[in-house]
Amino acid sequence: MQDALLKTSRIKWWEPVVWLLALLAPWLFPHHALIINEIAIVALFAVSLDLVLGYSGIVSLGHASFLGFGAYTAALFAKWIHPDPLIGLVVGTASACVLGALCSATILRGSDLTRLMVTLGMALILFELANKFDGLTGGSDGLQGVVMGPVLGRFEFDLMGQVSASYSIAVLLVLFFLARRIVHSPFGATLMAVRDNRLRAMAIGVPVSARLAVVYTIAAGVAGAAGALMAQTTGFASLDVFALERSADVMLILVIGGVGWLYGGVIGAVVFKLMHDVISSITPQYWTFWMGLFLVVLVMVGRERLFKPWTWMRRT
Amino acid sequence: MTILFDGIAYGMLLFILAVGLSVTMGLMNFINLAHGAFAMVGGYLTVVLMQRFEVPFLVCLPLAFVGTALLGAVLERTLYRPMYRKPHLDQVLFSIGLAFMAVASVDYFVGSQQQIMQLPEWLKGRTELGTETPWELGMGHYRLFIIAVCAALTLGLQYVLSATRFGSRLRASVDDPRVAAGMGIHVNVVFAMTFAVGSGLAGLGGALGAEVLGLDPTFPLKFMVYFLIVVAVGGTSSITGPLLAALLLGVADVAGKYYVPKLGAFIVYSLMLAILMWRPQGLFVRKGGK
Amino acid sequence: MTKRAFIVSAVAASLLLTAGSAMAQDKFKIGLILPMTGPFASTGKQIEAAARLYMAQNGDTVGGKKVELIVKDDTSAPDVTKRIAQELVVNDKVNVLAGFGLTPLALATAPIATQSKTPLVVMAAATSSITEASPFIIRTSFTLPQASVSMADWAPNNGIKKVVTLVSDYGPGIDAEKYFKDRLLLNGGQVIDSLRVPMRNPDFAPFLQKVRDLKPDAMFVFVPSGAGSALMKQFAERGMDKAGIKLIGTGDITDDDILNGMGEVAVGVVTSHHYSTSHNSAVNKKFVAAFEKANAGLRPNFMAVGGYDGMRVIYEAAKATKGGSGEALLAAMKGQIFESPRGPMFIDAQTRDVVHNIYIRKVEKVNGQLYNQEFETLKDVKDPGKTK
Repeated sequence: MQDALLKTSRIKWWEPVVWLLALLAPWLFPHHALIINEIAIVALFAVSLDLVLGYSGIVSLGHASFLGFGAYTAALFAKWIHPDPLIGLVVGTASACVLGALCSATILRGSDLTRLMVTLGMALILFELANKFDGLTGGSDGLQGVVMGPVLGRFEFDLMGQVSASYSIAVLLVLFFLARRIVHSPFGATLMAVRDNRLRAMAIGVPVSARLAVVYTIAAGVAGAAGALMAQTTGFASLDVFALERSADVMLILVIGGVGWLYGGVIGAVVFKLMHDVISSITPQYWTFWMGLFLVVLVMVGRERLFKPWTWMRRT
Repeated sequence: MTILFDGIAYGMLLFILAVGLSVTMGLMNFINLAHGAFAMVGGYLTVVLMQRFEVPFLVCLPLAFVGTALLGAVLERTLYRPMYRKPHLDQVLFSIGLAFMAVASVDYFVGSQQQIMQLPEWLKGRTELGTETPWELGMGHYRLFIIAVCAALTLGLQYVLSATRFGSRLRASVDDPRVAAGMGIHVNVVFAMTFAVGSGLAGLGGALGAEVLGLDPTFPLKFMVYFLIVVAVGGTSSITGPLLAALLLGVADVAGKYYVPKLGAFIVYSLMLAILMWRPQGLFVRKGGK
Repeated sequence: MTKRAFIVSAVAASLLLTAGSAMAQDKFKIGLILPMTGPFASTGKQIEAAARLYMAQNGDTVGGKKVELIVKDDTSAPDVTKRIAQELVVNDKVNVLAGFGLTPLALATAPIATQSKTPLVVMAAATSSITEASPFIIRTSFTLPQASVSMADWAPNNGIKKVVTLVSDYGPGIDAEKYFKDRLLLNGGQVIDSLRVPMRNPDFAPFLQKVRDLKPDAMFVFVPSGAGSALMKQFAERGMDKAGIKLIGTGDITDDDILNGMGEVAVGVVTSHHYSTSHNSAVNKKFVAAFEKANAGLRPNFMAVGGYDGMRVIYEAAKATKGGSGEALLAAMKGQIFESPRGPMFIDAQTRDVVHNIYIRKVEKVNGQLYNQEFETLKDVKDPGKTK
């Protein structure tokens, strides 16, 4: 029994291979360094959502609140205080954590729909706030003029985007394994218990509210890190980081890849972004149609079967 | 007073648009984020009929209802039915996919500009009562029309729910589908009809709202948030719940933007947040309801 | 093989497929980044159509090289715009970047233009500060301050002294409000109140009601092109014209793209803008006819003319530099002076911004269709919003 449980948390043979490939990707495919960077950031964001959605059962349509908050704090920090990326990353993550801790009070009660709306409302309110305080945030024009210092004092952010991509993937790697550690720990087990049956978890003595607050804070921090990466690698922050589209997109990405196993966020990010890019260059105006079609087919056929083309002919 | 009137009109419109969603979610436990797309279809149907085929406005309204209801019925049978058993997240994915397809298709066939409705003359006027007093009430005729139609529909819906056999079957299916089926109620038929009517109402709302809210291919995504707010605050177990929620939101939004324009958009979201924190199940839920 | 291995190899395969675009050297590449989806899709459509029209009319060879137009959708998200611009510059090695439907999109891409020394032609965005964001930016659209101060110059001479401004709460709107207000005050007028409408606003009713209650001579409006019709309807519905309040604003509210559909309610509205489809010149008539023919009767609007003129600037500069790039191409763009469908215009060599006539127009019915009829011209209006 113990063996089976331990098995799921052990590092599989293919994981180091994939991660090595990922780290090398910006150098193997220099022309795609930019989209690799974007994928890495979105993947990190999706993984953070997986922590709350997949492992704790908190439905959130406003996760972009933390992405945006991390982005703006990192951008403001770099602009006004110190341009070092790593310090900025820590600042972005920490401030998002604080926001997450504050907001966690809102997600404790109510049904799925309630939480959906509460999280959504939070993101929209932050959007309006960022718009109003345009002296600080640049309003709808966005916060411009963020010039980053070199990473670790040596690697300048270049036009090709290779440094950015490597930086983002490295951060993704670190935080991913942190998340992994969390979900495969006793803490993580209690989270899954709460997700599956809150009443029962309470009955066996799991402090549900405390657990949810903690995981929400952590996930907020990770999302904030993704936001900080975004601001740092692109050199600005704009209002749409808080928009509904961001939160909705990341939820789509996570569900495409599969909730509840951290790689779902990564796979979803890769698939979604690549599909978007490819289809968009074929039909810049109507790519949403094909994306929608893909989603519908995905759900109807079932995710498992879609990724195994050899099962398409077989009827379950 | 005019503000109150405008708010009520806006709220009634929101209600008609959202009631279908509320019933679907309560009845079939299905999160249908493509609901806005049905509204858009109704709106575009009306615009096309009026512009290309010169059908009078009043005739377009029931046509919009019927057309969208038919579309809803067909989609329910073919696409939605297998989805009922799927987890909520898959339903979300599916309905968003449908919404995307709808948005892109409309963009392709009709174009991305705002569609402009030409109202018949008798709806264009305005009546002013008690001008220059604090109780000044200016009523646009079109908004009066909206209020009248929506009020009639609400009464009609309430009647159907409480006084007809179909209504009681529906209520039984909402409370407990298994027992209802066991009692001989064709739950599937109830579902289909309800979905069709809900979509039809959305279509009607889209047609009515095109004048006030604007109509373009991004309509479903823009307004989905508002529909969800109405359903979340109003609860999914009655009709009066969403009605009151919609009215509240409509008035709050309009009044907020008038009295405190700096905080215009805040008001709605903050209000919703406050309400949901205070009563997480929604404002108007029966004891023991879902 | 297992599911995961399949996924990994599929991903690698797709990456390889999309890798390595052909590095043809003897081409003059134009990277056109537009919002083709989302709320500003009509802008993208108009500009793309205009760009293709220009290419069709002037051939696809310039300065001895073949012209390649690469069109990309940025979904109006600035980080996407920036990434696409970066990819175009680094992978496709474009000679010039163009398009940019919104201010934040242009601002986000400015550093790329500077870093890679690629000229950037703004065909749509209208905030003053854009040209100051990079020395490589040229604009062929217009700026809101140009249109706003023109209106603020015209209004007091025509019986409008007390005004309430109503703008959308974002960059261009705030620009419009500020410049209109300052100029009107200078001309002896008065701005009773300044209202800002949130961008995602579904209902103008409360704002219009407030304006009505304040009883000004006129209401000055700026909203982005799509929202103009809704505003117009509500204006009439609220009986504001009967209450003696005139509707003035920048031409975005009577956008030619949707003007015809607005109906009677739009007749008589006075706006200030740099382009009207009914502009009475031979060049414009030719442009409109060709545009409508190539696009199933779609009427070109000011976005289209920004795109058309942008292509002209690019082509002429390419001819002068024999398909060059970088600083040489930029230098050839500055100072160009020519006749555009909008009227005469030139690219100021100092500010790299557009200088053109602003027309005061009124909506009138001509041959059963609605047009913005120009009746007054303010010549060679420079952008008042430049701080440098």
